[in-house]
Amino acid sequence: MKVAIIKYNAGNVQSVTFALNRLGIEPVLSNDPEVLKSADKVIFPGVGEASTAMASVKENGLDKIIPGLKQPFLGICLGLQLMCRHSEENNTACLGVFDLEVKKFPPNEKVPHMGWNKIHSLKGPLMNGLTNDAYLYFVHSYYAEMGSSTIARSDYMVPFSAALQKGNFYAVQAHPEKSGVDGARILKNFIEL
Amino acid sequence: MLTKRIIPCLDIKDGRTVKGVNFVDLRDAGDPVELGARYAAEMADELVFLDITATVERRKTLVELVRHVAREINIPFTVGGGISSIADVSALLNAGADKVSINSSAVKRPGLIDELSREFGNQCIVVAIDSRFVDGVHVVHTHGGRTPTALETISWAKEAENRGAGEILLTSMDHDGTKAGFADELTAKVSETVGVPVIASGGGGTQEHFLDVFTKGKADAALAASIFHFQEVPIKELKEYLRDQNIPMRL
Repeated sequence: MKVAIIKYNAGNVQSVTFALNRLGIEPVLSNDPEVLKSADKVIFPGVGEASTAMASVKENGLDKIIPGLKQPFLGICLGLQLMCRHSEENNTACLGVFDLEVKKFPPNEKVPHMGWNKIHSLKGPLMNGLTNDAYLYFVHSYYAEMGSSTIARSDYMVPFSAALQKGNFYAVQAHPEKSGVDGARILKNFIEL
Repeated sequence: MLTKRIIPCLDIKDGRTVKGVNFVDLRDAGDPVELGARYAAEMADELVFLDITATVERRKTLVELVRHVAREINIPFTVGGGISSIADVSALLNAGADKVSINSSAVKRPGLIDELSREFGNQCIVVAIDSRFVDGVHVVHTHGGRTPTALETISWAKEAENRGAGEILLTSMDHDGTKAGFADELTAKVSETVGVPVIASGGGGTQEHFLDVFTKGKADAALAASIFHFQEVPIKELKEYLRDQNIPMRL
């Protein structure tokens, strides 16, 4: 199986690569449209700040490619946020795969939302085999609001989308590559789609 | 609900795990990757690797260790020790570290926090503060707690946050190695002052000490080394105890 990880200037891709290696997958890292289009699966990781990351996405022409991809596609962390319509982080227009707004957590509690939190209201094949109230590792200051594409919910001051799906497009806010056995299960589910 | 975190710290010298008692006497406690994997299996929430190697070969060895750890271990980990530039951080994050911890280099040049946070995002920048109570003042110390600075601990924590620290790792040098309990009062003051998570470190010796630092100390996470290394306080039992005391725990 050919799994491509999208290469742009906002990914800590090593951890994702190692997590896939543990599942017996040797991913390719690429920003070549032809490589991405011909892959069996595409993963879109991301850490850092939204406007800088979107600039890097556009610089590589990936904003034109990503929404048209047909194979299973998985955004992780900032990747999920960039797949939404718009982010409050530096007022950034994003890819619009999910018609959702990305908002900043209120300052009532510690931000970033950093650590292990429960997910629940699970739906669809990406969440196969996970129990309600499974723990995943999160690190983020912005969150995607709840919507019809929400396939897992988590709560930190407000309810938010811990995972999303629309057709072949999947995304998780947590870091499955760092979330122990349950995180590995999410990646395995994605690989087996 | 977001859980409180239990974080074993592995002190590393020349690629091997050691533990200082008051940062002076070192004991070898095994292979860092093996030990890290054991902790992950025991439900540790994160790991911290603190490199205390002083040689020029240090950085290369550390990057190799990080790569090895990231390949084997599926929970987050932070790396600290002698990190002083964007190039250092870039090498460690690219090798698979989730966060880096900076200490003396941030005191020496606070602008480093701003630069690293801008470049990599604040979520991966931990500012470690070694604090010692001197003549009625909590004084920031550097170089393993040996060198006093002009900085006061709580105001330095706030400045670090303002400059882009995503987390504060607060070590009480007065408590470190004593196993007599964490610096609950100081930890609470720092935790109430900053809006980012605070990891308490130094002095944890019993399960009750951890309960105290999460309740009285208002810590978001608690870190310890030797009591986990030598299984004086097994991590899973500790987490079960804390859960039974109504502290949210991942189990």
